[in-house]
Parts: sequence; C-alpha cells; structure tokens
Amino acid sequence: MSNTTEQVRKSLKARYRSEKRFRAFGISAVAFGLLAVVVLFTDIISKGTSAFVETYIQLDIHWDPAELGIDDPTDPEQVNYADYDALIKAALRERFPDVEDRLERRALYQLASSGAGFRLRDQLQENPDLLGTIQTRWILADDDVDMFIKADAEDRQNTRLPEVARPWVEALERDGHTDIQWNASFFSKGDSREPEQAGVWAAVTGSFFTMLVTLALAFPIGVAAAVYLEEFAPKNRYTDFIEVNINNLAAVPSIIFGLLGLAIFINLFGLPRSVPLVGGLVLTLMTLPTIIISARAAIKSVPPSIREAALGMGASRMQMVMHHVLPLAMPGMLTGAIIGMAQALGETAPLLMIGMVAFIVDIPGGPLDASTVLPVQIYLWADSPEASFVALTSAAIMVLLAFLISMNTLAVLLRKRLERRW
Amino acid sequence: MQAGNLVLLLIALGAVFYFFGWRRSYAVSAPLGGVRHLHSLPGYYASLAAVWCVLPALALLAFWLMIDDAVIRTNLMASLPSSIQPQSQVDHELLLNQIRNVAGGALNPAFVPAEVAAAAEQLNAMQAKNQLMLNIAFISIAVLGGVWGWSRVQPRLRARQQVESVMKWLLMASAMVAILTTLGIVLSVLFESIRFFQKVSPVEFLFGLQWSPQIALRPDQVGATGAFGAVPLFAGTLLISFIAMCVAVPVGLMSAIYLAEYAHKNVRAWAKPILEILAGVPTVVYGFFAALTVAPAIRGLGESMGLTVASESALAAGLVMGIMIIPFISSLADDVITAVPRAMRDGSLALGATQSETIKRVVIPAALPGIMGGILLAVSRAIGETMIVVMAAGLAANLTANPLEAVTTITVQIVTLLVGDQEFDSAKTLAAFALGLMLFIVTLALNVIALKIVRKYREQYE
Repeated sequence: MSNTTEQVRKSLKARYRSEKRFRAFGISAVAFGLLAVVVLFTDIISKGTSAFVETYIQLDIHWDPAELGIDDPTDPEQVNYADYDALIKAALRERFPDVEDRLERRALYQLASSGAGFRLRDQLQENPDLLGTIQTRWILADDDVDMFIKADAEDRQNTRLPEVARPWVEALERDGHTDIQWNASFFSKGDSREPEQAGVWAAVTGSFFTMLVTLALAFPIGVAAAVYLEEFAPKNRYTDFIEVNINNLAAVPSIIFGLLGLAIFINLFGLPRSVPLVGGLVLTLMTLPTIIISARAAIKSVPPSIREAALGMGASRMQMVMHHVLPLAMPGMLTGAIIGMAQALGETAPLLMIGMVAFIVDIPGGPLDASTVLPVQIYLWADSPEASFVALTSAAIMVLLAFLISMNTLAVLLRKRLERRW
Repeated sequence: MQAGNLVLLLIALGAVFYFFGWRRSYAVSAPLGGVRHLHSLPGYYASLAAVWCVLPALALLAFWLMIDDAVIRTNLMASLPSSIQPQSQVDHELLLNQIRNVAGGALNPAFVPAEVAAAAEQLNAMQAKNQLMLNIAFISIAVLGGVWGWSRVQPRLRARQQVESVMKWLLMASAMVAILTTLGIVLSVLFESIRFFQKVSPVEFLFGLQWSPQIALRPDQVGATGAFGAVPLFAGTLLISFIAMCVAVPVGLMSAIYLAEYAHKNVRAWAKPILEILAGVPTVVYGFFAALTVAPAIRGLGESMGLTVASESALAAGLVMGIMIIPFISSLADDVITAVPRAMRDGSLALGATQSETIKRVVIPAALPGIMGGILLAVSRAIGETMIVVMAAGLAANLTANPLEAVTTITVQIVTLLVGDQEFDSAKTLAAFALGLMLFIVTLALNVIALKIVRKYREQYE
C-alpha cells in the first residue's frame, strides 16, 4: 500500500468529523433563524391577545334626575352636559357602603373607567325613558382593574391596582359582577391616554389614506419610469446615470427620506405637518425604486417575439407597449407594487421626521387631516409607561402583521394565478 | 383644498374635451367616407384635445402656486404705512406672522395695532382676489386649450404621433423622478449641513469626543454652548452594527449554505419562506421586541452572572438587528451560491473532497465577491436602521466598546433632535441634517462598492 493512501486513510476520520460538524453548524443556523421567527411571534401573540378583551363591572345604575341635573330628558342640551360619572360614583357607593374615608372613596371611584360615563350618556340619548329608573348595567372598568382580573392568581400581587381596592374587585368577581367582554372600542376608536379606551381605528384610517396617496403616485410613476427605461431609453450615459440612481435609492436608509420630506415638502413647499398627504409623498419616493425595479423585471420577462409580432403588424412602438407589453407584464408589476406597499405600510422612521407622531384622538376624514399611522401608533404606545399599553401595543402589532401577511399572501396568489411562463 | 378641487375640475374638463374630440373626428371623417380616411384612430384625436386642455392648465397651476405666496407678501409689505414698516429681517418675519394670525382668525384684531388689523384685512382681500384670479385663469386656459385642440381635429392631422410624443415625454419625466429624488436628498441635507458647519467647525464635528446638543436657554447655565463632537455617535453606531453583523453573518451564511447545498428540496421549500418572514416584519416590531423582551432578558441573565447591564444595552439592540438582517444576508448569499456552476462542485467531489471541503475550498471562494457585496449591503442597512435603536438603544452619548452599556447612534440622534418642536436656525436642529449627510455619504459609498462587486461577479459566470 502506497504512502499517500495510508495518509488519506488516517486523515479520513478527522475529515468525516469535520464534515459532520459543518453540517451541524448549518442545521443550527437554520434552526436559530426559525427559532427567532417562533419566539418573535409567540412573544407578541402571548402579550397581545389579552388586549382584545376588556373587563366590565356590573353595577345598579340609578338614573337619578337630581344627580344628573336633568329635568327634561328630551332636551339634547341637558342630556349632553349632565354629569354621568356621578351616577357611577353613586352606584359604587351603593355597592360598597362601608367605604367612607375620602381617600378610599377616591380609589373606589377609580374602579370604573373615566370614559364609562359617555356610554351612559349615549344610552340615555337613545332611550329617554331610562330617567328615574334603576337599571343593571355593565360598566367599563379601569385598566388597573382590567390587569388585575386578567392576571393569574399569583401574579395579582404585582399589578398596579392599589392595595385597598383589591378586596372590592375580588368581591365583585366572587359575586359574578365582573365580566370579560370583546373589546370593540379597540377597533373603532382613536388614541387615548386611558389604555382601556384607546383604539387603533384612527391609526388604521391614517395608514389607509397614506397608502392611498402612495399607491396613487408610486404605481403610475414607477410603471412609467420602468416602461421608459426598458422600452424607449437610448443606451447612453444619462440612462446609465438614472439606473445607478435608482439602484442606490433602493438602499438609502429610510430616515434620509424623512429628512428630505422635512426639508422639501414641509419647509420649502409649506405643506402642513402630520398629514397623510406628506407621509404618502415621502413613502412614494421611498418605494419608487422597489416598484421600478420589479416593474422592469416584469417588462423584461415579456418575450421579444410579442413585440416583434406587434411591430410587424404595423403597431407603433407606443401601441406595442400599451396594447401588448404592459397587459402581459401587469401581474408581475402588481405583485411588485403590493410588496412595495407592504414595505411602506410598515415604515416608521421617515414619518417620525415629518411630525406624524402627534397625539391624535380624532379619526381622520381625509389625506389633509392630521393623523398618525399604525406603525407610529405602535411606537407611541411602546413608549408609554403604563403596563396595559404593552398588551395594547402587541395587539396593534398583530393588526399590522395581519395586514402585512394578507398583502403578501395576495401578492403570492396573484403571482401564482396570473403569471405566465413563456 | 382649493388646488385639489381645481384638479378634479380639470379631470372632468379633460373628459368633456375627450368626448368632443371623439365626436369631431367622426364628424370630419363623415364627408370623406368614414374613419378609415383619418390619419389616426379617433381615440388619438380625442386624446389630443384632452391633452391640450389638461397640460397647459396644470403647468399654470404649478407655476401660480409656486409664486403667489411671495407676490402677495411683497405687495402686502409694500402697502404697509411707513409707521409700522419693519426695520430688520426679524421684525419683518414677526410682523408678517402677526398679520397672518389676525387674518387667519387665530388672533383677535382688537389686541393688535389698528394698522396691523387693517393689513390683515388687506391680506384676506388679496388672498381672495388671488384665488379668484387663479380660478379664472385656470379655467379659461383649460377651456381655451381644449377648444384649440378640438379645433385642430382634421383628417390630415398626425394626431397619433403628437399624442405619442407627449406620452413619451411623460414617461421620461417619470424616470427623472429618481434623479430628482437623489438631487432633493443631496440638496436638502447639504444645504442645512453647510449652515450647521458655519456654526460648528467640521473638525470639531468629525473628531470631537463630546456630544451634548441640548443648548441651555441662558448663557450662564451649564452646557450653554452645547457640544457637537460626533465621535461617540459613530462609535455607538459601529458597535451596534458590529454586534448585528456578528449575529447575522454566520447565521445567514451558514443557513444559506445549508439550504442550498445540503437540505432536502422539501425542507428548503419550507424553511426559506419562513426565514424570509423575518425580512417582512416591520422594524418597529423588532424595536418593541428588543426593548420589552430581549433587553430585560439580557439584563436578567447578566445580573445573575454578576454583571452590570444597562437596561438599554447595545447588545440587545445589536442582537435583534442581527436577527432582522439574517434573511437579507441569507437570500443574497443563496443567490450567489446557487449561481456557482455545477461543474466546479463535481470536479472537486470527483477528486475525493468531502461535501464540506468542496463548499469551503471551491464554492465559497468562487462566490466570495458576491457574498462580500451582500455583507457590505447588510452593513449599510445596519448603519441606517432607525426604529430598533430608537426604541432599544440609549440616548446618552457614551464612548465605550462595552456591549453591555448603553450607547447611542446617528439615527437615534437624528430622531431625537428632529421630533417635537424645532427652530430651524439653531445648531441643534441643523446638527440632525449634518448627521444625515454623514449617514447618506457612508451608506452611499457602501452601496456603490457593494453593487459594483456584485455586478462584476455576476458577469463572471453568466
């Protein structure tokens, strides 16, 4: 046996070991990536699901005309401005008559959400006959009570609910006078300082208007630019320059686009701050490179025989593009546009620059109303000190991810259904 | 919004002229014996009439909106009585703001001098007149243009060529938006940066070790001048990016190699899209994850080992940023690894090399330029990443290499300096633009180099 073969045989064991080691590295790298996905999603879902429900307390509300200061329930003025919180306070006093200390009373009143009175007002507006009657009502609880009820028995010590209020809430719970119900206001209200009253709807509408502006500008401009570069542009230095520009813009940090928006749209053009129009403009510039690049790929994939056939039948170049190339490339372009939109929907940093971080309670009615967007709302809530906002933030993240996942699924389906292989 | 209404009106007018152009093209072709005697199809004549209606009016609107504010302001200032004529530039702005506030109803006219109240009324009158004139000019230009386009509809008119050349110009203008964007970015950051460097010397900015942009209100307080030495920010950015790359490069590269070379087809079909979910998750979500889950976990772990860990440690932000970048590196590396020709692998395997030896000695060296390009792109992303560091990294500018301490980054400072109320002549606000300029230059350089490497590599095997 020759010397070399001997050497190889000796080293074989070590080589196989290193092969195994390398493979194990590979597997653990993939496993780490997959683990990161799983941990990220379980973390957010486990934190967020509790925000989709909220706690209510059952109280006997006496619609006392004297307490409300209403003598005529059909007078909208009086009904509007009456003090409904007083009814809740009275009902709480009734329920816990032993509480007499002033400080304790204040803690007692804080069991109910500060917004609960408005719901009573709405009920009275709907049904004026309630005045003077005693009705059993479910009253929205304060977020501290909410956290306490939702917490496990051993975690309850650590919640923010004051020591003195705990026996009251436990008594309510024992009697079955607390209930956890679907949090409808989360999907219908705007931001609020009170976690139990805050909702994502204003942010969702703001995102909608911003995306509307982005789509209306970015898609036509992106497709037009792609058509020009693929079909009409002469091969020269200027065209090369445009190409280099587009490729570089695709990799410019998004925050730089925010600086651009602040300096050009707000300071130079004098457009208002915090509005979806400016947000949409900034996001348009940011997503244009993505859309142009994917639209060019889609145009490139249309075979030259289609073009030659159209030209051979006497079509002009423009007719060839408009009647044949564009319709055939459309599915690919739409897929690219949806992916670009998904990117824009999750973008936060440039919108911070143009002032979309304001505290907005009202639901915006158009692209010129001050508003916030979903990712910025997440950022704002994540910054809030109150513990209940953590659940709220996670819930808002789940809403955002739901939108993103459905957009990406739509893109995949579109590609599968409409894409043609030549 | 007035301009929005005008544009809507213009769209309606364009549709009307499209219709009339269509009708006329049929009418003029009727005596000749049908549309086939026209030079172009009726749709082109109709489009030409609509184009003549829409484009000149839009150009007028853009021009008008650009200058009307300045014209009104000059006229207003010239018409003021000499008693309240401003002496300096600052007074000028103050007076103008006051007049605007009164005119807008934000300020009660009873609280200001009679001349100012009169000027405010005049401003309102001027604005109303301006709006009226704009409306009249806009509508008449649109209608006149449309009528002109309509009247030109003749059988011999080369309508298709004209419409197509307009369309071609529009397509070209769209492609120019990319250049305009770059130009806008460069000009906006450069312009404000120059103003910043007039107040703070570039040497101090680039090499100074102190960063405290909060300028005290009174000159005798501590920190009255502020300090704009950006080295701690650069160091912090590099530290966090380095941690991120330490996570992302090995994991991204190894998972790309495993999925491309070893994994069964089905495993690859499942694992690759799941990994790419990480690329689609918004950065604000990562920021939340880093600040509320990873940072406390690291802190707890460190404390159980007897280490002091800042609650906004660089490690937490860097780790999560690394997770974000994994799919970026793995998909770029996957592209270049699969592009390495099969024959090179077969040659190595035929010589008796094991699979891992083939990968390490043949595939990776062949793919190395592409992988390096991908890593450079990833570094540029890590440097420019904002939300993760805003939410999970600190604000204090510490000059340290300890990953357990809190550091701040360029992007964090840009956000903190610009969010909230700003005055546009203070060094504090302008500093954000100077940081933006640095960020833009660095990421641009990285991108240009990376794209060049990637492109050069691609040509090699194609």
